Amino acid sequence: MLHFLRSSVGKKFIMGLSGLGLSGFVFAHMTGNLLVFKGAEAYNMYGHFMTHNPAYPLISWSLVLMMLVHAFLGILLTKENHSARPSAYAVQASPAKSVTTASKTMIFSGSILLVFIITHLATFKYGNHYDVEYGGQTVRDLHRLMVEAFQNPAFVVWYVVALIVMGVHLRHGVSSIFQSLGFNHPRYTPTIKWIGIVYAIVVAAGFISQPIYVYLVHQG
Amino acid sequence: MSANHSHSATSTQKAPASMTLTLKVWRQSGPHSEGRFEEYKVDGIVPDMSFLEMMDVLNQKLIKAGIEQVSFDHDCREGICGTCLMVINGSAHGPDRGVTTCQLHMRRFQDGDTIVIEPARAKAFPIIKDLSINRSAFDRITASGGFISVSTGNAPDANSILISKTAADLAMDAAACIGCGACVASCKNASAMLFTSAKVSHFALLPQGQPERTDRVLGMVKQMDIEGFGNCTNTGACEAACPKEITLENIARMNREYLRAMLVTRKS
Repeated sequence: MLHFLRSSVGKKFIMGLSGLGLSGFVFAHMTGNLLVFKGAEAYNMYGHFMTHNPAYPLISWSLVLMMLVHAFLGILLTKENHSARPSAYAVQASPAKSVTTASKTMIFSGSILLVFIITHLATFKYGNHYDVEYGGQTVRDLHRLMVEAFQNPAFVVWYVVALIVMGVHLRHGVSSIFQSLGFNHPRYTPTIKWIGIVYAIVVAAGFISQPIYVYLVHQG
Repeated sequence: MSANHSHSATSTQKAPASMTLTLKVWRQSGPHSEGRFEEYKVDGIVPDMSFLEMMDVLNQKLIKAGIEQVSFDHDCREGICGTCLMVINGSAHGPDRGVTTCQLHMRRFQDGDTIVIEPARAKAFPIIKDLSINRSAFDRITASGGFISVSTGNAPDANSILISKTAADLAMDAAACIGCGACVASCKNASAMLFTSAKVSHFALLPQGQPERTDRVLGMVKQMDIEGFGNCTNTGACEAACPKEITLENIARMNREYLRAMLVTRKS
């Protein structure tokens, strides 16, 4: 097992598996966020349900673990890869032999995402705690906190930029998961690549819709 | 009428235009010395010349001028050995897909162009001199499993081992790898996964490769990691640079083979 984890192929598997979990999570998170269009109660009740069910500790700790492993391996792999190519080329490759920018910049997009996730958790999960009552049940008023946060245009811009970066990361990451886990076949790989691009656009656009909507609609 | 014909016939023969090029060539006197780009002008380059013939013209000129010639690797000059790997304007084997440097022709360039020529750069491929690199790391990966055992004695009957056409074709595609190192040269991580996966795939797909199937992939991946190649991040630069158009499908197959081998191996 240790041999597997130390090998270049094994690290690829772990990167792919943790990436699979994390990209599944962002899709679920994005669809949950869309409840903002339904109203404050639906939004808050969904938040309450997500944090008050028996699977919550398992899911949240798995996410933390996957994120730490994904980030740690990303940094380790980048360090190893830099030492494998100590001096750079003077010129960039020709168009016929160049590859997507998204695939070459995973460590940069990933680093921005790490900073984003930390600030995101600090702002919302560990931010101000307001309560609201719906039919005798007291739940956390995340909607109020979120509306307050997105009154600041600079904060909205940071969110939009960070979420575009997430889209770029997913654009390479999602289809790359399948390659790393050994799925590549002329029959289905073109579809996987196409799904990866659509997935990245849908997740990024779905997330971005929330701060923009809140900023434009819930003025002061 | 006849005068007209003879008149038009004379204009069809035209001497090929000769080109003058500026070359920025990496010069490095030894593995541990500092390298730098040197600029040379070459003229009289004919569009039909191969890139290596252009390098020969450069070296002739340097010899006449009393300058040490540029060291570069070359052997068959017909696209089948892969020795001639160099990085031309940032691309391994030059700008086009599916060709080796020796099969790249000067008609691909324009008169007056500047061409930057560098060696493949990877810690696992130390520079010997100028554009010559030491690719023995590939030999050591091959020696760690890229072979099959054969019985001694009489030759077996032809076609006595059954194999499907699909498997034979895929194995042949993988066997087309000439081990030039363009995958390593073009990968931003200097990863050797395309090379290693081509060798693993070639034998894993064939009945003759089955006895060593498990040990082969474990041994070859281990040696690949020991040699100091980088990790694969699925950019696909290797596939784009490979003169034999080995595909990423082989890397996915190696990933599967490796996982399988890890699960079934009896060795610790």
